[in-house]
Amino acid sequence: MKDLEYPFDGNYIMKKKRSLKKALLADGSDRIHKKIAVLGGSTTHDIIAVLELFLLNFGIEPEFYESEYGQYWQDAMFPTDELLSFSPDIIFIHTSNRNILDYPEIGDTAPEVNAKLEKVFSNFQTMWKKLSETFNCPIIQNNFEMPFFRLMGNRDGVDIHGRLRFIHRLNERFADHASNCETAGESFFINDINYLSACYGLDEWSDPQAWHMYKYALCIPAIPCLSYNVANIIKSIYGKNKKGLVLDLDNTLWGGVVGDDGVDGIEIGQETSLGQVYSEFQNYVKMQKDIGVILAVDSKNEHENAIAGLNHPDGALRPDDFVSIKANWEPKSENFKSIAKDLSLLPESLVFVDDNPAEREIVTAQLPGVSAPALDAPEHYIRYIDHGGYFEVTSLSEDDKKRNEMYMANRKRTELLESFADYGEYLTSLEMEAQIGPFDKMYFPRIAQLTNKSNQFNLTTRRYSQDDIEKAAEDEGNITLCGRLKDKFGDNGIVSLAIGNIRGEVRDELHIVLWLMSCRVLKRDMEFAMMDELVAAALENGISSIFGYYYPTAKNKMVKDFYLLQGFEKISEDADGNLTFRLDISGGYIRKNKYIKIIR
Amino acid sequence: MTREEVFEKLNAVFRDVFEDESITVNDDTTADDIEDWDSLEHINLVNAVEQEFGIKFNMGQIVSMKNVGEMVNIIIEKLG
Repeated sequence: MKDLEYPFDGNYIMKKKRSLKKALLADGSDRIHKKIAVLGGSTTHDIIAVLELFLLNFGIEPEFYESEYGQYWQDAMFPTDELLSFSPDIIFIHTSNRNILDYPEIGDTAPEVNAKLEKVFSNFQTMWKKLSETFNCPIIQNNFEMPFFRLMGNRDGVDIHGRLRFIHRLNERFADHASNCETAGESFFINDINYLSACYGLDEWSDPQAWHMYKYALCIPAIPCLSYNVANIIKSIYGKNKKGLVLDLDNTLWGGVVGDDGVDGIEIGQETSLGQVYSEFQNYVKMQKDIGVILAVDSKNEHENAIAGLNHPDGALRPDDFVSIKANWEPKSENFKSIAKDLSLLPESLVFVDDNPAEREIVTAQLPGVSAPALDAPEHYIRYIDHGGYFEVTSLSEDDKKRNEMYMANRKRTELLESFADYGEYLTSLEMEAQIGPFDKMYFPRIAQLTNKSNQFNLTTRRYSQDDIEKAAEDEGNITLCGRLKDKFGDNGIVSLAIGNIRGEVRDELHIVLWLMSCRVLKRDMEFAMMDELVAAALENGISSIFGYYYPTAKNKMVKDFYLLQGFEKISEDADGNLTFRLDISGGYIRKNKYIKIIR
Repeated sequence: MTREEVFEKLNAVFRDVFEDESITVNDDTTADDIEDWDSLEHINLVNAVEQEFGIKFNMGQIVSMKNVGEMVNIIIEKLG
């Protein structure tokens, strides 16, 4: 919904929150359901109301638990029955510098100040620990905004007695904690209100009126900005980040029109102020690529002019930085579709970056769900794309950093495919190797991430948290498999998952409750390699029949006949189109994979 | 802006905030007359009114407003 896309009008959202919610709920889109406990150190009413809107817009239907006013610590340490039975999927702790009760005083000795710091921090740390033990779910914790006054002026940020210095030190401790959690494999995320309030304007953000009248720790118009930031973290946790930028060229990546002005005539580089702006933007886009954002070009241009522009000596980006370059005279929405198709991605997982409002209108009208930030002037491009939070990084895996390489390798595979007359010969030439085995602790984060972001090649669309995955892996009544696929062009990482439950009176049935595969390895026979391994594991466990399930969603039609292709027979179909299949393996099983070498 | 014009704009704000097209406010309207107008929604309402008229109430004014009529008086004074 446009009203909820950055840069949004926060006051409009606040005013219209009721009608916006109605409209979102009526749009008929599929959403995952998540339970969010909001533990506040101040009023959270409208923060939750607006957070709900942003989450609905991100495809997440939230259900909230809201602590009584200011009861964040009590709720965490001594959870009420209501909170216990609510059993949150995510906990958001909304605290602020108003919740720091014991600041240093000017007469305190250095050890006393340190003791105060330790006390504030350990209060939080104890609470986080307790919450993790009780609920074992991701925690989102505000850091602290800077104080709205500086008793000692500039010295306040230097002197250990200054509140500003105290808050800086606390924030540093919070950040350390977050990075330690990441190392330990725990989900703990900082909601950086220190940065947010600075962007918003600290004086306005800290409006004492909002605190003293309503006990809001921020001014009312800033609420959407806070809620949006939290929503970005949540959508990232559930794998709903965007995956790439589809960029226009003329007046987007450089000033001027390369077809008219020539490569020498476009503005990029240090010669002019506008050229500098575009240079800075290209550098920013290149940094996005380094964190795993896929780049593509969708431009109305002659292909050779586009390439020439991208080879401009002062530009930071090069043609090789893009996994796809569509420079032609087709409608941009068509190019956009084919870019998504080539990458096996849904169009809505890509962001359209174009200076021309008319082009943005066409693309977003033709391809619902595509975000196209309303770029006005080139000096705002970075801010609009950055603060839009499309690629909010809650975890940065090796996979992420290598993503562009993987897609680039895919391009090479496609080129190779075109040189073979026979598809089997092509598969042989890829020299594929798969590592397939039970869920391994090392891969738990990636496995959980995959269950949350795979939509198309996903038979049951069941979502798992990292904790759920750990439980599933440890359960002896389960057979779990994760598969990693390599070939001569590169490593695709973990690309396929399966979980089977052993059931039945004599424990001879295996029910496949999760089966998914990343679309980046479609048509490589990986699904047959996975089934071979699953059946082998099933036979070892004395299983005689395997049951497969297909639950239709708006996005997983491509796997409707998956089990038939695997040799299963359909045994039932209900009114909602849910299908059940069965494969009898008591009489043996013929392995189907011919092209992938299996490493166990 | 005349008193009538202020009322007209204010009425639109009330309808937006409470998502109820049947609302018509007058001098004597208070929180008791509108179902969803509780203390938490009051905050949102005040903010929406401030945005609509491009003004900012101070704390004393917010605390002292007894009904919509008094709110309109303050708005007119601020716009003055």
